[in-house]
Amino acid sequence: MGLLSDPNRRKALTGLLTRLNTPICIVCYLAGIVWFMGLAFEPFTLRTYMSENAMGSTMVEERFSSGERALSLAKEFDAHKRQARGMPVEWLVKAMQSRGLEVFTQSFSRKLPFPDENKERYMVRGTNVYGILRAPRAPRTEALVITAPCSPGNTNNQAVALLLALAQYFRNQIYWAKDIIFLVNEHDLIGTQAWLEGYHHTNITGMEYSPLQGRAGSIQAALSLELSSDVITSLDLVLEGLNGQLPNLDLANLFYAFCQKLGVLCTIQGKLQRNDWDTAEGYTHAAQTMMLMVLKQACGRSWGDHGLFLRYHIEAASVRGINSFRHYKTDATTIGRLLEGMVRKLNNLLERLHQSYFFYLLPSLSRFVSIGYYMPAFGLLAVILLLRVSFPGLCHCFSVSLQPSSPGVLTVLTPVVISHLTGVALYLLPVHLQEMAVEHFPVSETEAVVLTAIAIYTAGLALPHNTQRLLSGEGTEQGWKVLKLTALLYLAVLLGCTALINFSLGFILAVTLVPITASITPHMPKALYAVVMVLLSPAFTILYCVFIYQELIEAPVSVSEGWMLFLSVISQGILDHALYGSLVYPLLALFIYPCWLMFWNILFWN
Amino acid sequence: MNYCNLITIFAFINLLVSIPHGYSNYVETKAGQFFSSGHTNNWAVLVCTSRFWFNYRHVANTLSVYRSVKRLGIPDSHIVLMLADDMACNYRNPKPATVFSHKNMELNVYGDDVEVDYRGYEVTVENFLRVLTGRLPPSTPRSKRLLSDDRSNILIYLTGHGGNGFLKFQDSEEISNMELADAFEQMWQKRRYNELLFIIDTCQGASMYERFYSPNLMALASSQVGEDSLSHQPDLGIGVHLMDKYTFYLLEFLEEVHPASQANMNDLFKVCPQSQCVSTPGHRTDLFQRDPGSVLITDFFGSVRKVEITKDTINLTSPVEPPIKRSGSSDIQIESLTYVDQLPVAEIIHQQDCLEANVTRCRRKQQRTRKLNCQVVEKQTA
Repeated sequence: MGLLSDPNRRKALTGLLTRLNTPICIVCYLAGIVWFMGLAFEPFTLRTYMSENAMGSTMVEERFSSGERALSLAKEFDAHKRQARGMPVEWLVKAMQSRGLEVFTQSFSRKLPFPDENKERYMVRGTNVYGILRAPRAPRTEALVITAPCSPGNTNNQAVALLLALAQYFRNQIYWAKDIIFLVNEHDLIGTQAWLEGYHHTNITGMEYSPLQGRAGSIQAALSLELSSDVITSLDLVLEGLNGQLPNLDLANLFYAFCQKLGVLCTIQGKLQRNDWDTAEGYTHAAQTMMLMVLKQACGRSWGDHGLFLRYHIEAASVRGINSFRHYKTDATTIGRLLEGMVRKLNNLLERLHQSYFFYLLPSLSRFVSIGYYMPAFGLLAVILLLRVSFPGLCHCFSVSLQPSSPGVLTVLTPVVISHLTGVALYLLPVHLQEMAVEHFPVSETEAVVLTAIAIYTAGLALPHNTQRLLSGEGTEQGWKVLKLTALLYLAVLLGCTALINFSLGFILAVTLVPITASITPHMPKALYAVVMVLLSPAFTILYCVFIYQELIEAPVSVSEGWMLFLSVISQGILDHALYGSLVYPLLALFIYPCWLMFWNILFWN
Repeated sequence: MNYCNLITIFAFINLLVSIPHGYSNYVETKAGQFFSSGHTNNWAVLVCTSRFWFNYRHVANTLSVYRSVKRLGIPDSHIVLMLADDMACNYRNPKPATVFSHKNMELNVYGDDVEVDYRGYEVTVENFLRVLTGRLPPSTPRSKRLLSDDRSNILIYLTGHGGNGFLKFQDSEEISNMELADAFEQMWQKRRYNELLFIIDTCQGASMYERFYSPNLMALASSQVGEDSLSHQPDLGIGVHLMDKYTFYLLEFLEEVHPASQANMNDLFKVCPQSQCVSTPGHRTDLFQRDPGSVLITDFFGSVRKVEITKDTINLTSPVEPPIKRSGSSDIQIESLTYVDQLPVAEIIHQQDCLEANVTRCRRKQQRTRKLNCQVVEKQTA
């Protein structure tokens, strides 16, 4: 008989699980952490390789040579930008038309729910300009997009100029099988969102935009350029997109292959690759790169203009030029050649990129960890929750909960409902009550929103005390066990679903939430445990992540600066949700926080 | 002294006498060789089974064999060319209307007079087998048929992506080695070939000829089972690999062959050794009845008409003996039987010889014979 179908063996197995429950849970937790940290160790990773047959290993000879012309164009663009005090729409339209593209513009406007202090904007109005290079012989069924943002000040002038120079070079070639769209968007992510919504005839974020006059077919891939200096020392690849979505790994492989061919230094997370994986520094370097990727993916915002394309199943990546203090500099012609090579390879595609991985972690540009290797780390943490469900103390509460008249059910239902109502309040009230808050307190709107959110969060901590007194009778033993059972299953389902969509977010939440929730009972020393619970609550997790992130990018901050950053992270999270549909803030407010509140309720059951 | 002189003179006279005798022997051997291979016409079936831009090299492979075969004399009417995709007019081709086989665009194998019989999605396993076995619907045009007979030597060349025991057609179906062997057996039973040369340039190509069991088949493959056939050189202007190694060296070998060359199959087996090709080419000759050393390349790759101009008379023993005249009955005239003229030229040329009175009858008879002649002529070239 099999292990699970033999009743004797099953009894022995369950006996083992119940006897050794706590040690197994501790072992699983440590194993999960160790597994995760071990992912960055090079022998456990795989070398990246081109999976798509159509993009092949054959390189083409790049012949782009107008780097210098691009740089003079950058100065012209800068002058016109200053003159127009925004985006020089007429100049861009004329420049693209003179290069033989079909040029169209799109105007859009959006009122932010509250002013964005980081970028100093509240009522955003802008224009996107895009030119379509029609493939000379192909039908207009597929397209590629190259985009450069029009940013205020001195940034990204060279990106737009290189875009125009590439457009001129590409127009003279006859081997294009897809249309190429050159997009210059204003107000970076908001402009890109407006363009994408107009292109795909959707309206998911409440943006107002004029419909697009010209269209090119289904977009197969997109590249976003950010270049702010005439010479660069390295090119950084940004992959993380909205909600932690990543483009197909083949795009990263393509970039890396061309960087190697042209001898350009390429980095990911701003870090260069090291060859000494067997030393401690080498391992730490890889682990730092991977942790940066995990943190960036977990916060769910789009770290480049490419991030919004991913939602439409368009593989996109951002290429950022970095000018640091290095001896060897790369000029604009080489960057143009790199982009020409990449676009020519993307031109060979017959179908969308799908051969390589969509879920991966990159400890460096040439090594990757696929979902099959990193998911067990989360699995080990999630199994702790399920082991605790099978704990004998909780088992015979099933019989209790089946009786409808038992006081246990009502006592359980109330905390659940109240926690979720608090979550709803945390989600809705900060934005809606900002005017009232501004009237009564001397704060700006952004601060009002953030502080309201924190206030509601803290107020939720006090709730269980009060509801317990309102309800008749004290909580019974069965009561808190049923609540813990429900809450553990709820948390397991939540974390599992989150980890499937955004592994980093799920893993980080699991690391902080699983130990306390698995071991919580009302019989613990309340004060100590309350402090520990608050310190491991979702809000503090965000705070720790902010500090760790700053450490990893080698810009450590003091406590007060960290606190300000934390407040701005919360406001950015709420803004991202309102503007682009990021799901991190609603997830935390509507699901994770109520779940945590339920455990808080258990702690104060008596 | 005189004795020595006598011997020398005797030897010299002997030599003089034997030279014409030897020459006529030589001529007789050559004459004997005229009919040694047993074939009277040549056909070629050239198939490229892969589509998509990155499989440019398979189309270039097939077109380069097509070019050699045409150069050595097989006309388009005797070549069935199947190309699964159009590389010359692909949007990604920076040099439209060309397919190059050598880098730096040295040799354009597409040319001006390529005649593709099966193109694009028509290249399927079913169509390929129907071409081989001749089971085509009656509406199929002649250019798409393999109209071979029992005196045809057929060259079959396949290229594409293959594996152990199969060849992939167009990314959606496969032909197995057993199907191919059965198709060749059908051809043998229907007497559709005299001898057949099968060349395949794919990965693990040798697995495709393992299962042949019909006689008079010779097979060559570019790699053994478990080996990959590699591509030769990329062209940086076009951005793809242009040819496969085996066919590249095969093309180089065939460029040296001309219609009168005496290169034989043993030279073909030596094309592309492992040092050049990385994979080990293989061949199979056990089903072939002649010795490969005596089989000329042009027996399969060219359409060499057995014509040699000579100014001497050759005495051939007459196969037809006149009937023996019996002593008794001299009135019974046994006329010797001869074959009817295939094309009664005499009647057509000398139509003026008809008498005035029999003009109409004569003309009618000529019309009838002319109609009959047309049908006879058609049957001949079929």
